[in-house]
Amino acid sequence: MWQRKPVVGVLILLLSLFGLVSPALAQDDGGGGQAVFGKLQYEDDNGDNIPAVGVVINVEGVGSGTTDENGDVSIPVPEAGTYPVSVDETTLPEGVSLRTIGRNSLDILVEDGQDKRFLFALTLGEGIGADVSTAASFSGKRVAQLTVEGLKQGLYLAMASIGLSLIYGTTGLVNFAHAELVTWGGLSTFFFNSYGFAGVLGFLAAWPAPFGDGSTLVVAVVLAVISGGVLGWILDKTLFRTFRKQGVSLIAQMVITIGLSILMRYLYLYFFGGAPRTYRQFTAQRAIEIGPIAITPKDLIAMGISVVILIGIGALLTLTRTGKAMRAVSDNRDLAESSGIDVQKVISTVWVYGAAAATLGGAFFALDQTKWDFGFRTLLLIFASVTLGGLGTAYGALVGALLIGLVINLSTLFLDPELKNMIALLAMVLVLMFRPQGLLGKAERIG
Amino acid sequence: MGIDWGIILQQFFSQSIGVNAMVFAMAAIGLNIHFGFTGLLNFGHVGFMAAGAYGVGVSVFWLDINFWVGILVGVGFCVFLALLLGIPTLRLRSDYLGITTIAASEALRIFVRWRGNRERTGASEGINDFADSFFRFNIFTRPGNESYDFLFFQYRANDLWVMLIGWSLVGFFLLLNWQLIRSPWGRALKSIREDEDAARALGKNAYAYKMQALALGGVIGGFAGMIQVISRQSVQPDTFNPVITFLIWTILIIGGVGKVWAPVAGSVIYWASISGLITFMRELIGTDLSDELERFFNLSILNVDQLRFVIFGAAMMLLMWLRPQGLFGNREEMALDDR
Repeated sequence: MWQRKPVVGVLILLLSLFGLVSPALAQDDGGGGQAVFGKLQYEDDNGDNIPAVGVVINVEGVGSGTTDENGDVSIPVPEAGTYPVSVDETTLPEGVSLRTIGRNSLDILVEDGQDKRFLFALTLGEGIGADVSTAASFSGKRVAQLTVEGLKQGLYLAMASIGLSLIYGTTGLVNFAHAELVTWGGLSTFFFNSYGFAGVLGFLAAWPAPFGDGSTLVVAVVLAVISGGVLGWILDKTLFRTFRKQGVSLIAQMVITIGLSILMRYLYLYFFGGAPRTYRQFTAQRAIEIGPIAITPKDLIAMGISVVILIGIGALLTLTRTGKAMRAVSDNRDLAESSGIDVQKVISTVWVYGAAAATLGGAFFALDQTKWDFGFRTLLLIFASVTLGGLGTAYGALVGALLIGLVINLSTLFLDPELKNMIALLAMVLVLMFRPQGLLGKAERIG
Repeated sequence: MGIDWGIILQQFFSQSIGVNAMVFAMAAIGLNIHFGFTGLLNFGHVGFMAAGAYGVGVSVFWLDINFWVGILVGVGFCVFLALLLGIPTLRLRSDYLGITTIAASEALRIFVRWRGNRERTGASEGINDFADSFFRFNIFTRPGNESYDFLFFQYRANDLWVMLIGWSLVGFFLLLNWQLIRSPWGRALKSIREDEDAARALGKNAYAYKMQALALGGVIGGFAGMIQVISRQSVQPDTFNPVITFLIWTILIIGGVGKVWAPVAGSVIYWASISGLITFMRELIGTDLSDELERFFNLSILNVDQLRFVIFGAAMMLLMWLRPQGLFGNREEMALDDR
């Protein structure tokens, strides 16, 4: 019976981590400065005003927000100036559209310290006016901008994927719960950012600063990455090492990771709630223009860090003893074991690094906003990346992720952005048909 | 305020053989053919449900053809989806099928809710009120929402009609399954599950068998999708999300992988116990304990429904680990190995 205890341990850990701190999560912190705000509503057939819930409003170069149950939304902006505000039409409620078709963007002049209202008129049924043209415009500026967006998504995706690929390489396990580690990155960064390290101890959360108060984003990200590594270690130590010892088959383990994924995801929802959250700092940032492209400094820095980390992982794999051991286990586990490599230790290390990288990827993905299921939404892209690059190869995941990021963003030149995640799947199926081992995989029999 | 045990028992019994239990039993029968008998790792079963549901919906809504012909279109969609998934992946190792199927089911959902498909699939609005032809033959004729009561069971007239047809279909599929598995075709499937190379060495075309199994299980899953949307008179893209696939997996594992009638047992057990439990929790929140529950477990009426998923996620893990053959399965037969 002793083998059953680890699961209980993990459950208690997860529960206590969130359970004790949950009262704190219910609080809302207001921001200073200035903001753009508005109320989205439409008239129903009886002439009553119905709030439009869950509509995404983007402030170009700053960020986005979602309307709450009253249709209200407020997005903080960093300084006075003119901001283009647009409404994401795909998020409008069913059967509701803009009253004037195509008028989905406004320029809002914000003065220092004052909030400014914007207005989008909505109507039930089809709007009137300009014709609907989904044909995307094609320009050099747009290509450049999308390439940068693609690189950004690709870099974050690479960090999210590399762990999945390494874990698969060393253990043969496809970890469906990997996306939940990505979510963990966003949520735990938000948590440390808002409530500080001491907030983990629950009862301290109600105390005044510095105990219950949050740390700055940079510290929060570091804490989150450490917590992610620890989580990876715990998962391996309590669950997967036990399974390997007991000889639980890989297929059974795969199904278990699916159960784990659902369990973790709905625990997030249970304790964290369904509303999207934003970090305390750097949410309102104005894009800077570099030549034809516009990008926020936070994304630029995050991309820089991603490149450094990914190069670091590459160096780790090629230059250090640990890295060589990882690759050896990946190539041939039995041979590695018989030449004196401690396979269990290598696998444990892979889990720690892989989970930490996924956490960092998640923390960066969540720079705009974080939600209980955002990791799961990237799972499809993560799978596409590792399959494209070659399941089990570390560099493959990197190349695959960059390619997927570029392809799906550039595809919006020709296709409706709503469909861009489908392109990732299409790429994956094509690869499976013609080069099933992936771009960087070794041609071996996998059927 | 005390706990109303009557409503808990009523939920427990009504849900045990209700529309949900029937739909998921049928879907699990399809998955049982994939995973239980052939060893195919299908993580996108909800895609087949969506294919069947949209087959009917699209036929009535867009193509404007007869509802009953629409059912055939739904079957056709499922076979087509099986071919689409099977051709690139069935020759590869099983984890590739798993990854592709989950991705394909998600892509299908994205595609049908795409606004460009508004005239065809209704996009995010879905398709509503398309199944009048089905309810025209309803033999339970109490008007409106007046319900039929019997002991702890309570159903609306339309649900009763859906259940009658649905459970008959489930019975038919069980019989079909039972006969097929005893046939030479079924034995070939099992041999592929046990050792694909050995089956091939004996001259069996494993690829063709796997494809047939994928299509057959897919069509049964498609029927589950159809009857589900018929019961609601509404096809909504977001009801076909990946969590549904995993719920079907859990139900299959509860019952026992590879046993013909186990999906039905699994579904009845799951829906009865989870409905009873959640109703109990709701009742508990209604008592004086609500403050303590909120303080210590963060449990309130707002998030009590999410417990359902937490519980089934945990159940899926524990069952697959400690009792992978399920409650009624046979461990020797269901020795999962890696293909």
